[in-house]
Amino acid sequence: MARIELKGVAKRYGSVEVLRDIDLEIGDGEFIVLVGPSGCGKSTLLRMIAGLEPISGGDFFIDGTRMNDARPRERDIAMVFQSYALYPHMDVARNMGFSMEIRRRPPAERTSRVKQAAETLGLSALTERLPRALSGGQRQRVAMGRAIVRDPRAFLFDEPLSNLDAALRVEMRLEIARLHKRLGATMVYVTHDQVEALTLADRIVVLDGGDIQQIGTPLTLYERPANKFVACFIGSPTMNVVPATGRDRTLSLKNGAQIALPQSAGLERAAELGIRPEHIDLVAPEDADLTGTVDLVEHLGSDTNVYVSIGDVGMLMVRRRGNAPIRSGERIFLRLQRENTHVFASDGSALAHASAEAA
Amino acid sequence: MARNRSHPVATAGKYVALALYLAFALLPLYWLLKIAVTPDRLIFTDGVELWPSALTADNFRSVLFKTDFLAYFGNSLFVSLGTAAATTLIAAGAGYAFSRFTFAGKRIIIAVMLVTQMFPLLMIIAPIYRIVANFGMLNSLTSLIAVYTAFNIPFATFLMQSFFDGIPKDLEEAAMMDGCTRFQALRKVIFPLTLPGLGATLGFVFTAAWSELLFALMLISKNDAMTFPVGLLTFVSKFSVDWGQMMAAGVLALIPSCLFFVFIQRYLVQGLTSGAVKG
Repeated sequence: MARIELKGVAKRYGSVEVLRDIDLEIGDGEFIVLVGPSGCGKSTLLRMIAGLEPISGGDFFIDGTRMNDARPRERDIAMVFQSYALYPHMDVARNMGFSMEIRRRPPAERTSRVKQAAETLGLSALTERLPRALSGGQRQRVAMGRAIVRDPRAFLFDEPLSNLDAALRVEMRLEIARLHKRLGATMVYVTHDQVEALTLADRIVVLDGGDIQQIGTPLTLYERPANKFVACFIGSPTMNVVPATGRDRTLSLKNGAQIALPQSAGLERAAELGIRPEHIDLVAPEDADLTGTVDLVEHLGSDTNVYVSIGDVGMLMVRRRGNAPIRSGERIFLRLQRENTHVFASDGSALAHASAEAA
Repeated sequence: MARNRSHPVATAGKYVALALYLAFALLPLYWLLKIAVTPDRLIFTDGVELWPSALTADNFRSVLFKTDFLAYFGNSLFVSLGTAAATTLIAAGAGYAFSRFTFAGKRIIIAVMLVTQMFPLLMIIAPIYRIVANFGMLNSLTSLIAVYTAFNIPFATFLMQSFFDGIPKDLEEAAMMDGCTRFQALRKVIFPLTLPGLGATLGFVFTAAWSELLFALMLISKNDAMTFPVGLLTFVSKFSVDWGQMMAAGVLALIPSCLFFVFIQRYLVQGLTSGAVKG
C-alpha cells in the first residue's frame, strides 16, 4: 500500500498546458476519485501517475520517493483500463497471471493467486476462455482480476465502468467498493459520472480546464462547493443558479424578491444565488419567497421533479420526496432553505457559506 | 420473425457473377496446366480444345532432369525467401515506429517513402545497374535480394503500420503496467497479434520477388545465377518456343507460392484481436 504525492505537477504538450500546478496528497489506503467533464485532464493525470505519460513539471512521489522518471514497471501500480485491454491471445487465467509471469514468480504461486482472484470475482468457471468469448461484465472482472493478482502498491482505474450497461455498472460499482474495503488499498479512480464519484470516494478531486477546482469528501463537495462549477457539477438534478444582487444581509432577485440570509459579510460581491432542487420547500402563500407557475412535472416514483417558472427569475427546479400531487399550470409558493443557500461572486467563487458561519 | 432473405434470382445472379469472374481469372492457369500435360506433337493440332486428346508427363520429366530448371528454382527460392525475410523484418520495425512513436522527420520520411513508389521501374533500371556494377555485385543473388528489399520496403512498411495501428495502444500500456519493458510488451503481446500482418507481408513480398523479371534480367546474365522467371526465357530459342516445357516449368513454379500461402493462410485469418477491448 502506498502514499502518493503530487507537488506542483504540470503537463504540457508543446505550448498547450493541459494540467497546471496540481497539488494532491493521496493517503495510504485512500480511495480518491478524479472527476470532471471531458477534456479536463483527469485521464492525463491518472496516466502520469501510472507512468504512461511523462510529467512536464513538478514532483511526483510514491511513499516519499521521487518517481517522476520511473517507468511504469518500476512504480508497481496496477491499472484497469476503460477498454479493459485484455490480451486477446491469452486465456483468462494467463491474462490474470501475466504480471507474475513477467516477474518470473513460481508457477505454483501464480496458479494459486490466479485461482484465488478468480474465485473472489466469480470467474472460476471461465479461466480457460479467451477474452473474445466473454461478456462485457466478465471482461471487466478479468481486468480487475489482473490488477488484484499482483498485489500492487496502488490501483488506478480509468473510467472502468463506462462501457457497461446501467444495471451492470451499479453491480460493478459495488464490487469495486467491496474490493477497496477488503484490500484497503490506495485507489485512484477516474470518472465523469458523479454518482460513481459520490458513492465510491473517500475524497473527490474535481478538475476543470486543467486546474483542481476543489478537493473534499463527497458531502463537503455537495454541501459546501468552493465555486459555481463544483456546485453545478456535483449533485443530480443539478443546482438552480439564478442572478442576484446583495446588500447587507439580503439578496435581491430579478423579480424584486428579497431573501434575508444569516450570512454576515461579503454579500456585496454576490452575483448569483444557488439552491439545490431538494432545498426548496412548498409553503403557504404568506411564508413564500417566490411565487411561480408549474411548467412541467416529472414523476420518478421515489421523487417528483417540478419545473417552476418564476417571472423574471427564470426556471427553478424543485424536488419533492415521493409522489407529490402537483399538476402543471398550478400556482405554487416556494421558500428557499436559508441554511442551504449558496451565494456566488461574479468570478464564480462561493461566498462564505451560511451554515458555515452559523456553525 | 423470419430472417430477411434476399430474392433467389439475386442470389443466383451473385453466384453467376462470381463464377464468371473465377472462370476469367483461372482460365490462364488452366491453360498453363493443359499445355503442360499435352504431348508436344499435339499442342498445335489440339488448338483451342478445352481438354487435351492425350496426356503426358514428358514435359515435366524433361524440365526437371534435362534442363537447369532445378537450379533456377533454387535460386528463386533463395532470393524470394531472403527478400521476404529481410523486408518483413525491416518493415515490421519501421511500421511499429511509425505507428507508435512521434519523432522528428517522421512525416518527411513517410512522404519520401511514398515518392519512391511513384516512379516507373524502367526509369531507374539504368542507375541501379550502375550502382550494382560499381559494387561488383552483378550476377549475384545477394544483389537481387538487396534491390528487391529496397523496392518492397515502403509498401510493406505501410502495410505493417496499418496492422500495428489496428492493435489498441492500451494493450501495450497494460503490458507495461503489468511489468513489461517496451520490448517485452512488443514480443509477448504485440507480436502474437501481428502474425496475420506478418503473414500477409511475407506472402506479398515473397510473391513479388518470386515473379520479378525486369531486375533479374538486367542484373543476372550468368546461367548459374539465373532466377526462375529469367530461366523461363531459356525455353525461347532463336527459332522456336518450347511451349510444353515452358508451361511445365510454370506449373512447377506455382508450387512454392501455393505452399507458401497454404502455410501462412491461417495467420491471415482476421479477428484474432477481437475481444481485446470493449465488446
